[in-house]
Amino acid sequence: MTVPPIASPAPEHLWPPQIPIETPADTLRALARHMLVSRTLDVEAVRWQRQGILPAFPPAFGQEAAQVGSAFALDKTRDMAFITYRDHGVIAALESDLTDYMGSHLALWNGGFADPNEARHTPLQAVVGSTGIQAMGWAYAQKLEGSGGAALAYFGDGASSQGDVHEAFNFASVMEAPVVFFVQNNQWSLSTPLHLQVAGGSIADRAAGYAMPSIKIDGDDVAEVFEATRVALDYAREHGPVVIEAFTYRRGPHATSDDPSRYRTLEEERMLGPDPVDRVKDAIADDSWWQRATADAEEAVAAVREGMTRPRYVHGDEMFDFVFQEKTPQIAAQQQQWREETDRD
Amino acid sequence: MTETLVPQGAVPTAQSLSTQQALNRAMRDILASDPKSLVFGEDVGKLGGVFRVTDGLQAEFGAERVIDTPLAESGILGMAAGLAMAGYRPIPEVQFDGFAYPAMNQLISQIARTNYRTRGTMPMQMVLRIPSYGGIRAPELHGESIESTLAHVPGLKVVSPSNPHQAYHLLRKAHEMPDPVMFMEPKSRYWNRGDVDFDNPGDLAGSLVAHEGEDLTIITWGAMVAKAVEVAELAAEDEVSIEVIDARWLKPLDEEGLVASVAKTGRAVVVHEAPRTAGLGAEIGQLLTERLWGRMQAPVERVTGYDVPTPAGDLEDEYIPGIDRILFGVQRSLEY
Ligand SMILES: Cc1ncc(C[n+]2csc(CCOP(=O)(O)OP(=O)(O)O)c2C)c(N)n1
Ligand SMILES: [Mg+2]
Repeated sequence: MTVPPIASPAPEHLWPPQIPIETPADTLRALARHMLVSRTLDVEAVRWQRQGILPAFPPAFGQEAAQVGSAFALDKTRDMAFITYRDHGVIAALESDLTDYMGSHLALWNGGFADPNEARHTPLQAVVGSTGIQAMGWAYAQKLEGSGGAALAYFGDGASSQGDVHEAFNFASVMEAPVVFFVQNNQWSLSTPLHLQVAGGSIADRAAGYAMPSIKIDGDDVAEVFEATRVALDYAREHGPVVIEAFTYRRGPHATSDDPSRYRTLEEERMLGPDPVDRVKDAIADDSWWQRATADAEEAVAAVREGMTRPRYVHGDEMFDFVFQEKTPQIAAQQQQWREETDRD
Repeated sequence: MTETLVPQGAVPTAQSLSTQQALNRAMRDILASDPKSLVFGEDVGKLGGVFRVTDGLQAEFGAERVIDTPLAESGILGMAAGLAMAGYRPIPEVQFDGFAYPAMNQLISQIARTNYRTRGTMPMQMVLRIPSYGGIRAPELHGESIESTLAHVPGLKVVSPSNPHQAYHLLRKAHEMPDPVMFMEPKSRYWNRGDVDFDNPGDLAGSLVAHEGEDLTIITWGAMVAKAVEVAELAAEDEVSIEVIDARWLKPLDEEGLVASVAKTGRAVVVHEAPRTAGLGAEIGQLLTERLWGRMQAPVERVTGYDVPTPAGDLEDEYIPGIDRILFGVQRSLEY
């Protein structure tokens, strides 16, 4: 047998682009507005958790640019985002209903209340590492249909350890599926630091092994995230998968129940420098506009709270109604018994 | 100091601990006495696990033996298999019940059958710790009751302690057994305290009588034991005498213990959080039918979770058998 050369030809170079991209001022402002919503929601949701309104919440402090910048690059007429449990910046940027989304964190309905095909994102789900391979399958369907749609799969540095993610990379590359794998490398998986999680420290570096182009970006620079994701999506529609690794930092706890002082120091957090919201504020450099945008975000999040506190009663019947499209006789009988035993008749 | 259970003058061997502390203590004692033991999983080291069950173990025994692994459950179990092949006795953890699902490939296709494949020459001695069941209003896949899924797999043993004393001793016992043991910890009971008598484990095989009675037997395990005892106490006010059996071992089931109680009372209600269809309630019902056909006063009743995914926190109380639903089951049996 002929021995192939050590490495296959290097995948295409996509970033940084040959000609630097200028993000228009109004685009930057639109991005900033969504980031402010995400940030305000985080601040408020942590408060709501303390007040007992939410059982728990995983804030996305510090990841606003990565989430908003990437999701804003999606074409809502044909693309789809595959999200996890810490992606409310994506929800904000897609302008999906945040009250519906918060239904999951409110412990009303696992997954929230959005219709994925309308909202253009999959339901909130917690199984770390599951998004990539599903995004690949969905993307392959777009290729078969010729819809021009692409999938954007979100996952973290921790998730990249799951076999499913490696399978996704390989499937996508072999079948040239139009999918962009968007890794938020926020340096932490719960209490586990990057060096114990990712050998070599970078997930993008692995793309070459799957003959895929990869892009490493400053995940705290919203313009860079937005432009790089657009480049990746355009490439994916034509040629196949791309990995984007957005380097960022989880500035909050893993979730409201978590106590980061058990595994990292305040010192480390203080070394981080300006966060992505501060950075976009500086880039826009228009105080009165910023004040208005902040007030708008506060109003939007107040409406979310209002929507959440207006009791949205999920009837116990719904527990039985959505297991199948075609309910089994056993479930129907259990539902009847549940009604009788709980006086619902 | 804690209350003692022993006569004055004797050296107290019992200590009041929570289940979480008892499990922690069991692992400490195992790691200290068995150099071939290892504890590993996601966030079990520096953080001490999300429930702090492994708190302090890495500081005491080092990061080579108490390991924060990368985030991959099939990897964690595959690594455990390899360690067992090399003669180690690992104690891996999956962070929550629902995250045992990604591990099923290594668990079912490898760990459960390596002893068989190798004609007994390569045992898979390990304990997989699984924080289990609902009751804490957790998000999706953090409140699953997977005991019948596990019990159905040839080659896996399954045990579930219901209090701190059982937790300590059953974990130590499971570690000493030469087969893979699925150790299902009732997470809603982690913080409940009870006396742990270190020197007097009691019989660790089979089931236990958690509450004595004459008229009817409730068979259950894990977090449901405390509820069943509550039901027994309520029923006693109405002069109904209920025996509660804590099954403890779900594989193998303690056939003799269960049959003995129901032979005495003539009536049985099986209570579990897991969905009804193909749940262990059916297995136990069939066992009792085989052994006590014609000697029971009523068919075996089941009070279980429904055939639905564990719902979101707000509906949890509708799903998990509560006092009322267990009492309805008792009533159906008594009035049959
Ligand atoms: C399969 C699976 N295993 C374990 C968990 C528990 N868990 C939830 S989030 C998390 C850390 C995830 O880290 P990463 O992928 O980097 O995402 P981040 O939390 O940083 O957003 C863990 C261990 C889970 N949800 N799913
Ligand atoms: Mg992370």
